[in-house]
Amino acid sequence: MTTLTTNSNAHSTKQIAFVIFLSAVLWLAAYNLIQPLANWLTYGLLGFANDSRFGESLAFFFYDVPKIILLLSGMIFLITILRSFFSPEQTRAWLGGKREGLGNLLAASLGVVTPFCSCSAVPLFIGFVESGIPLGVTFSFLIAAPMINEIALVMQFGLFGWKVAGLYMLSGITIAIIAGIVIGRMKLENQVEDFVWQIKANQTQGVTYKPTWAERFSNAWQSTKEIVGKVWLYVIIGIAVGAGIHGYVPESALVEIMGKNAWWSVPAAVVLGVPLYSNAAGVMPIAGALIEKGAALGTVLAFMMAVVGLSLAEMIILRRVLKPKLIAIFIATLTIGIIITGYLFNIIL
Amino acid sequence: MLTIKVLGSGCANCKRVEQIAHKVITDIGIEAEVIKVTDYAEIMAYNIMSTPGLVVNEKVVSTGRIPTPAEVTSWLTNALETA
Repeated sequence: MTTLTTNSNAHSTKQIAFVIFLSAVLWLAAYNLIQPLANWLTYGLLGFANDSRFGESLAFFFYDVPKIILLLSGMIFLITILRSFFSPEQTRAWLGGKREGLGNLLAASLGVVTPFCSCSAVPLFIGFVESGIPLGVTFSFLIAAPMINEIALVMQFGLFGWKVAGLYMLSGITIAIIAGIVIGRMKLENQVEDFVWQIKANQTQGVTYKPTWAERFSNAWQSTKEIVGKVWLYVIIGIAVGAGIHGYVPESALVEIMGKNAWWSVPAAVVLGVPLYSNAAGVMPIAGALIEKGAALGTVLAFMMAVVGLSLAEMIILRRVLKPKLIAIFIATLTIGIIITGYLFNIIL
Repeated sequence: MLTIKVLGSGCANCKRVEQIAHKVITDIGIEAEVIKVTDYAEIMAYNIMSTPGLVVNEKVVSTGRIPTPAEVTSWLTNALETA
């Protein structure tokens, strides 16, 4: 059923460097060809008139799909290489002995770069609190790690530019820091399942995995294939819906219901975002089209944060180590943080 | 005989590590028992912070990634020599 990955150590570093260089050149060439190709395909080959609505939507689709897929492939490859220099064990060592404030800041920032999978959230949580890292600092990490992930950042960068991606990242880190401090102040250690405090690691030997450059590249290639293979269909569907909105929904149609003055739109966006978790890649292009038609940026940011950061699946996994009350406080703090962020940007932008 | 443990609560990657372990055992023709450890208290006794983890004769050899069959082969043959 599954083909096992073969060992790539056989390749020399020179060969790998050559392949990387060739891929980079091809990537750049492809990236610069997308726009002319999309126009040629729509208005030339398919013969749509320059001002037709369907043609405009189609050109938008033919441009955005290859652009986002290329960006995702290239950036995830680079981000995975960057992440190969970090590990949960190293992060735990850095966070050891840090107090409130600095500890939360460090935990939230390390949450962005440390390789993280929600399937490992439980061992990570236990590993953190077991070594004496305060609960609030641990939560700062657990909020930032899933919320600021490579797929969300790359898609925002590709669709909205670096300003929105940066705004999302900074507000995500801020929410993680403040929510972590709030949870830490509430002294909820007794709301962690009792077995966590009873675990005694009976051996301190850890394995440190120092990959060679060849391994870093081949691991990065593997995970790029895996991630892009998982999200490409959602990306295409999301961009198709976005292209439809782009071509057919009249300008400023959404000002009334999703504009700055529709105060209820921020909490509504958060509630709507939660069940869309697994479709983060498909949701971003739609969010882009909504902004274009008059939705307020703060509302859309809150929506994206809820989609990516408020994951019910992760809550269910964390239920193994957290009592229901702490899960509820965790969800409530995060939700309030996201809603405040949405309002804040609607007011100042 | 070797005792191999795969640490992790049933994630997709844990299953792949288990498959690789079985494949290597058959390929190099040794006797080994593969145990899946899914209980978190038991997993955490090995002091690991990311799953899947691989343990050969009570020694943690890999965590948080899917090792290649070649790596697993070398860990198993090493363990056989020192046993």
